[in-house]
Amino acid sequence: MNTAMSWIKAYVPDLDCTPQEYLDAMTMTGTKVETYECLDKNLKNIVVGQIMSIAPHPDADKLIICQVDIGKEKIQIVTGANNVSEGDKVPVVLDGGKVAGGHDGGPLPEDGIEIHNGKLRGIDSFGMMCSIEELGSSRDYYPEAPEDGIYIFPADAVVGSDAVEALGLHDTVFEYEITSNRVDCYSVLGIAREAAATFGKKFVPPVVEVKGNSEKVEDYVSVEVVDKDLCSRYCARVVKNIKIAPSPEWMQRRLAASGIRPINNIVDITNYVMEEYGQPMHAFDLDTVADHKIVVKRANNGDKFMTLDGQERELDSEMLMICDGQKQIGIAGIMGGENSKITDNVSTMLFEAACFNGANIRKSAKRLGLRTDASGKFEKGLDPRNALDAINRACSLIEQLGCGEVVSGVVDVCEPLKDLKVIDFTTSRINELLGTDLSDDVMLKIFDSLELKAEKTGDGYKMTVPSYRQDLEGVADLAEEVARFYGYDKIPSTLPSGEATTGKISFKQRIENKARDVAQFCGFSQGMCYSFESPKVYDKLLIPEGDPLRNAITISNPLGEDFSIMRTVSLNGILTSLATNYNRRNKDVRLYELANVYLPKSLPLTESPDERMQFTLGFYGDGDFFTMKGVVEEFFDSIGMNKNITYDPNAGRPYLHPGRQANIIYDGVVCGCLGEVHPEVCDNYDIGTKAYVAVLDMPNIVGFASFDRKYTGVAKFPSVSRDISMVVPKEILVGDIEAMIRQRGGKMLESYNLFDIYEGEQIKEGFKSVAYSIVFRSPDRTLTDDDVNGAMKKILNGLDGMGIELRQ
Amino acid sequence: MKEKLEQIRNEALSQVKDCSEVSKLSEIRVNFLGKKGQLTNILKSMKDVAPEDRPKVGQLVNETRAEIEKVFDEAQLKLQRALRDAQMKKEVIDVTLPAKKNNVGHRHPNTIAREEVENIFVGMGYEVVEGPEIETDYYNFEALNIPADHPAKDEQDTFYINDKFLLRTQTSGTQVHVMEQGKLPIRMIAPGRVFRSDEVDATHSPSFHQIEGLVIDKHITFADLKGTLWEFAKELFGQDTKVRFRPHHFNFTEPSAEMDVSCFKCGGSGCRFCKGTGWIEILGCGMVHPNVLKMSKIDPDKYSGFAFGIGLERIALLKYEIDDMRLLYENDARFLKQF
Repeated sequence: MNTAMSWIKAYVPDLDCTPQEYLDAMTMTGTKVETYECLDKNLKNIVVGQIMSIAPHPDADKLIICQVDIGKEKIQIVTGANNVSEGDKVPVVLDGGKVAGGHDGGPLPEDGIEIHNGKLRGIDSFGMMCSIEELGSSRDYYPEAPEDGIYIFPADAVVGSDAVEALGLHDTVFEYEITSNRVDCYSVLGIAREAAATFGKKFVPPVVEVKGNSEKVEDYVSVEVVDKDLCSRYCARVVKNIKIAPSPEWMQRRLAASGIRPINNIVDITNYVMEEYGQPMHAFDLDTVADHKIVVKRANNGDKFMTLDGQERELDSEMLMICDGQKQIGIAGIMGGENSKITDNVSTMLFEAACFNGANIRKSAKRLGLRTDASGKFEKGLDPRNALDAINRACSLIEQLGCGEVVSGVVDVCEPLKDLKVIDFTTSRINELLGTDLSDDVMLKIFDSLELKAEKTGDGYKMTVPSYRQDLEGVADLAEEVARFYGYDKIPSTLPSGEATTGKISFKQRIENKARDVAQFCGFSQGMCYSFESPKVYDKLLIPEGDPLRNAITISNPLGEDFSIMRTVSLNGILTSLATNYNRRNKDVRLYELANVYLPKSLPLTESPDERMQFTLGFYGDGDFFTMKGVVEEFFDSIGMNKNITYDPNAGRPYLHPGRQANIIYDGVVCGCLGEVHPEVCDNYDIGTKAYVAVLDMPNIVGFASFDRKYTGVAKFPSVSRDISMVVPKEILVGDIEAMIRQRGGKMLESYNLFDIYEGEQIKEGFKSVAYSIVFRSPDRTLTDDDVNGAMKKILNGLDGMGIELRQ
Repeated sequence: MKEKLEQIRNEALSQVKDCSEVSKLSEIRVNFLGKKGQLTNILKSMKDVAPEDRPKVGQLVNETRAEIEKVFDEAQLKLQRALRDAQMKKEVIDVTLPAKKNNVGHRHPNTIAREEVENIFVGMGYEVVEGPEIETDYYNFEALNIPADHPAKDEQDTFYINDKFLLRTQTSGTQVHVMEQGKLPIRMIAPGRVFRSDEVDATHSPSFHQIEGLVIDKHITFADLKGTLWEFAKELFGQDTKVRFRPHHFNFTEPSAEMDVSCFKCGGSGCRFCKGTGWIEILGCGMVHPNVLKMSKIDPDKYSGFAFGIGLERIALLKYEIDDMRLLYENDARFLKQF
């Protein structure tokens, strides 16, 4: 919201501060000022001059030589403007002065443009006559300015006086960020009230007085509100014998500063009151209102309506309409109709100030794609009491500015107004909440400055809250008022006392920290991917139709198809990131991610889905399947999962290479999978090399993890090691051999280590050569050959039973 | 005898002098001083010496032995040194050759920021808790005093699944889950991913991260909120950091505030980084709204509390001077390596 300082000062006349002081102080009391602009920032040494005579330039057809009276002297100015005549009063910037911009109205230079005496085609020129664009404004806000030429003042401008003053440009425009709870501050009066309290000055609201003529409004118009749920108040007044004319300068300037184009006195007054009171108003040409009757009711689905901007709109049955005896004449709170709009020929007018349901207006405006100044105000939920004040203010301005004759009385169709809220409070409770020790006096003064009246009761106070302060509901709100004006910065800084609590992170978070540590030590950097993705991901990952993984939660209003489902597989993120790196020619990239997948328990969603944290790792470049397997085992080791991990090659993961994938099984539970990415998937992601991934399902893993550690003695007795070399049918997995070694090795078995595996020459077709070094040790004695031979025999028997031949 | 000793001595000295290898030297040593060496052999012939001369000859033999041993030791030391020197010379390396790095990975800047914030609050006795990302309307809005038709619930900001479920727009809902458990006092922070319907650009992302904080106890005051968050700011941005609390509005707190920290670039004098104001907006906070306490069955007359919400991306972007939020989700290794 933008407002000129001059407008605020109209209600806080004693306000006297620099723009920066104003910005700081208002921000610290909660009316945040984002920025300000001094309209005269780059306007220097500009006076009102009167053109005494004009002569042609001897050497240039397009230039003229003007003799200009600037009060204390007459100067000669050469100009190319063609809209000036003798006798015109114009802004003149003198030698050494400054203007804000060029005559073309382009972006304004930061430091303005300095003007000096000079010669134009050999003729001296002692200054420059200015266009409105050179003065930093535009025809939008000075509609009387010529399209391309020098600004011309009204005849009563004083020659030699400050032209910037005459244009009302000695002003500063402040841009506010109003918080949504302070509906009252979306108005100049609301902000002025805050400013008065902030600076301890008197707040002087306008005096509203409507004389009215001898007629009764009821003889002109009747109002019927059908859909009372959407319209809690509808006030109507009538103005006749309207004289359309420009509104006064001061009104135009204030509207312009708020970013509203001045049009004519009637339109300007409605806009002025909307800004001043925060209450949108609308004016209908009463002669177009059939039966002189207003009916407020919902539209029908599919109704078509032409708004006053000439656009046809399609309505639905939740949109509230203003109708007359026969037809629709306006979309309530959003925009009036073409059929009833005020034209220059209007003679009798109906003023409307109403209170519509904010949420309904917001939704209707959205469905129509038509958000107006009015709807923006209504959607915040306005105070119904304000409507009557505003319509009276508008009518008093009509009379004051002589724009017409106000018919006496108001048609006011109003639902019973809610009682004013009453808050009981004690100052000690406020001090308790703030951690302060302020006296009753200090608090009451603050309330008083905000026009909040507190009455003493038994042991506390009672405050009747004015209706415009919808935000004040209880003691906490009053505490905020005290804090704002006592000063947030003056409230002490303490630390909470009371019972000590233990700071901690959960076990799950500790495991996740370990995952990050291990990944990092293994060379993986952490990535971050989106939780939502495209349903096309399933095709890219070769996940077949009908696979349960395709049952994803769908967002009803996504940013687009690419962000439309909540992921059920984590791989897309990491593969996309690998592809990004690959295409940017980054070498040997290792990435991991710790984030959720979202598995619905039912679709459509009726209960919270299963959000499962996935530890997803992926790399390309240096390394292979077993590199990734190593990372997985490092992680399991680091979180105390030191039982044997088994790998099932029949993992059935369509996105992985069919011969290079495995489920990771711990204690019978599938904890994830790893493998080489299927070449077709690599193609789909545009990864031009082999890539490897592992996905670990953290909820399952957390269940097995433990940070308990128990020391086992460092062996004192020597170990005995035996090497065996085998010829093994190809289909037998090394894992099966190891399982047999474990099963048969007995309690003296310490470790086994694969030291050779070979296929090819010298080994018969369909077999492979595998060699192990098996280590035995006893904690309490040196082993004998007999001990070891016994254990080895069992192992060898077992292996023999698997069809494995021992190589001698 | 004497001459013989003299001869052995001279012979030994000359052989040592000519010897240039350590291995040869020990051969020579054995030859003269070993069990079967020349000097030992001399001692064997002592029986031929007159008994009265024996002490004298014995002394002479010992002196000779000592002298030869000394020369041997010196020579050996010298040779060993020469050998070591030669080896050192041979093993000179170019120390400016590239290092062999143990290519460790890197944490995401967001995670680093999160861990820093977490550590500060864990140190102050806060528990780190987590809540669901797919949340119900009740926890994300209603229980936080955001009623049904509030503009904050507008579809423009919130991703909806259906009437009941949505993607949480704030981590504040986790507060409610914790409050509902009814265990008081509460000191918690809740880090996590949140979602808002913003198109991706340099300063927006439809998914980002927040850390929510909540303290509920008897006698918690706005002063406690100020003190706690100032402490936090000093830990995160340095002990000289100043803070400024400005009134603001959030539905679930009253009074509410935004906290600015003194610009860590210019120290508060005003620069481009802080747009000349000397302050940088960091977080929103406030005293827990009585309605929020009531809805979670906590008596606002007995208990009070404060809450705050920190945007993690904002902290990461500020701390590391990252100028485009999209970098955080691109996962380019060259970016991630810098943290």
